Amino acid sequence: MDLTGKSALVTGASRGLGRALAEQLAAAGARVVLVARTQGELSGVAQAIREGGGEAHALAYDVSRKEDVYPLAGAAAALVGPIDLLIHNASSLGPTPLRLLLDTECEDLSQVLETNVVGPFRLSRALAGSMALRRTGTIVHISSDASVNAYERWGAYSVSKAALDHLSRLWAAELAERGVRVLAVDPGEMNTVMHRQALPDADPTALANPEHVAARILELLRDERVPSGSRVEAQSWRAA
Amino acid sequence: MNTAEAQAFSAGHTPILPARAPQLGFHSERLLVIDPLTRRFGDYSIAELPRLLEPGDALVVNDAATLPASLRVDRELELRLVSRESDGSFRAVAFGAGDFRQPTETRGAPRPLGVGNTLTFGPELTATIVDVDAAEPRLLRIRFLATDAALWQALYRYGRPIQYAYANQPLQLWDVQNRYAARPWAFELPSAGRPLTFELLFQLERRGASLAHVTHAASISSTGSDSLDRRLPLAERYEIGEQAARVIARARAEGGRVIAAGTSVVRALEGRAAADGTVRAGSGETELRLSQRYSPRVVDGLLTGLHEPGTSHFDLLEAFAPRPLLLRAVEHAARTGYLQHEFGDSCLVLAGALLERLAV
Repeated sequence: MDLTGKSALVTGASRGLGRALAEQLAAAGARVVLVARTQGELSGVAQAIREGGGEAHALAYDVSRKEDVYPLAGAAAALVGPIDLLIHNASSLGPTPLRLLLDTECEDLSQVLETNVVGPFRLSRALAGSMALRRTGTIVHISSDASVNAYERWGAYSVSKAALDHLSRLWAAELAERGVRVLAVDPGEMNTVMHRQALPDADPTALANPEHVAARILELLRDERVPSGSRVEAQSWRAA
Repeated sequence: MNTAEAQAFSAGHTPILPARAPQLGFHSERLLVIDPLTRRFGDYSIAELPRLLEPGDALVVNDAATLPASLRVDRELELRLVSRESDGSFRAVAFGAGDFRQPTETRGAPRPLGVGNTLTFGPELTATIVDVDAAEPRLLRIRFLATDAALWQALYRYGRPIQYAYANQPLQLWDVQNRYAARPWAFELPSAGRPLTFELLFQLERRGASLAHVTHAASISSTGSDSLDRRLPLAERYEIGEQAARVIARARAEGGRVIAAGTSVVRALEGRAAADGTVRAGSGETELRLSQRYSPRVVDGLLTGLHEPGTSHFDLLEAFAPRPLLLRAVEHAARTGYLQHEFGDSCLVLAGALLERLAV
């Protein structure tokens, strides 16, 4: 897809990969809506994008809350028009330090599923209908290698990302003839706040920079040859 | 609704009962099909819509999302937004004490409001009155202090969906969105689209009909004042994209019919159509009012709700079918328990729909 003039919505955009994606999409000429739970950091990111000549709007909503989804969808479309690109980046690890399944509360698993699976489903439902009608659009689910590997202590998050990967394939299957492209992207291990919460002892120099991963995801968006329904590992993927 | 006319109607006819809450059934709504060509009508289900259309037909929907357009200042004052002007201000109708549980015509008059007055709906949402209509002091133009993201976030925070006394519960924002809605241009749900599932829309396309969409700022249906209601619908803005213009042109060129899903789509397309029925892509405003005397230029048929005589929606139906047929069909609908209003059943007025089909 040509990103110029496209309307994009990125969740979890106040820092890390979400922030880098929002900045690079705006730099590529997209009209970007940034979403995060709290206004503070988010407004600063949007402001900086605007000062750099890009279009960015900050909306403080919690994608895990049902009550927030239609206000978010409506406000976003009011600001930038019908959404062409939706990036589900917001995600919750659940309580940290990460813990064994035997130590995981059922309520914590539910909350992680609400944020990482049900939230993206609701937001896609609110936005993808218009994409299907207009026969255009792209949806990206930010996944994790925890969706395919059974790492000890990553239970709640892991289960949610496996479900998200399959949700991505299902959207792709159902929207295949509607011109809507749906991808899951495993960004790999990145030097982010989230990674530090999960693995505080990891060596940051061994981790990818979220800006490099975001640049890779933008390439993926532009390269229409990667078929809808794919799950792509961003760090090892190379444009063919 | 014009009260005198409505009373005259209800004296001689069976009233259509309202649907009081969003229907939970999937494809459970009924579809009354009225065919002005054969002068017949028949009972169907919304699930049968795809096979009632023919390959080559075009169904045009309104993809406006519904803004929560009811804003409250205090117990004695509610504002309902009715349009957004090109300068970013909004027109609004003021309502006095009471809420949606009370019929709008029994609401108290709002306190006198003047240009320059400030209205506070919440800490982040304040507006100034910039104009009061000369003839209708309840019709205002207001300008919000907030702009951009702050404005929309505050509107969604303090606004509630506009609703009426027949509803038995406060509506949620998701109750008033069509499945394909995008930009929040509508102030009330463009309700003809509500029963349209993607299952039905995809089926319709697989059978060879086409889908197109316009965006039309559907405004409010009732203010509780006869003199103000007579001015409804107010001018409404619309946008018709290249895709819609192309689909409509192809349907017309190839002998298909153009079917509007909702009166708002009729207003957009007829408001835009040239004398020969050509619809060019573009945006504008329409003040068009359809009635018996209006001969549609581009729209051949209409999917809508059930409407009683005396309403502007019924007048609009008369542009598509003769009054005696409509009266017979509506009487039948009332007697057999069809439900009206935004969560009610549907009605398809389409010439030829019942050719070679069973009708009552």
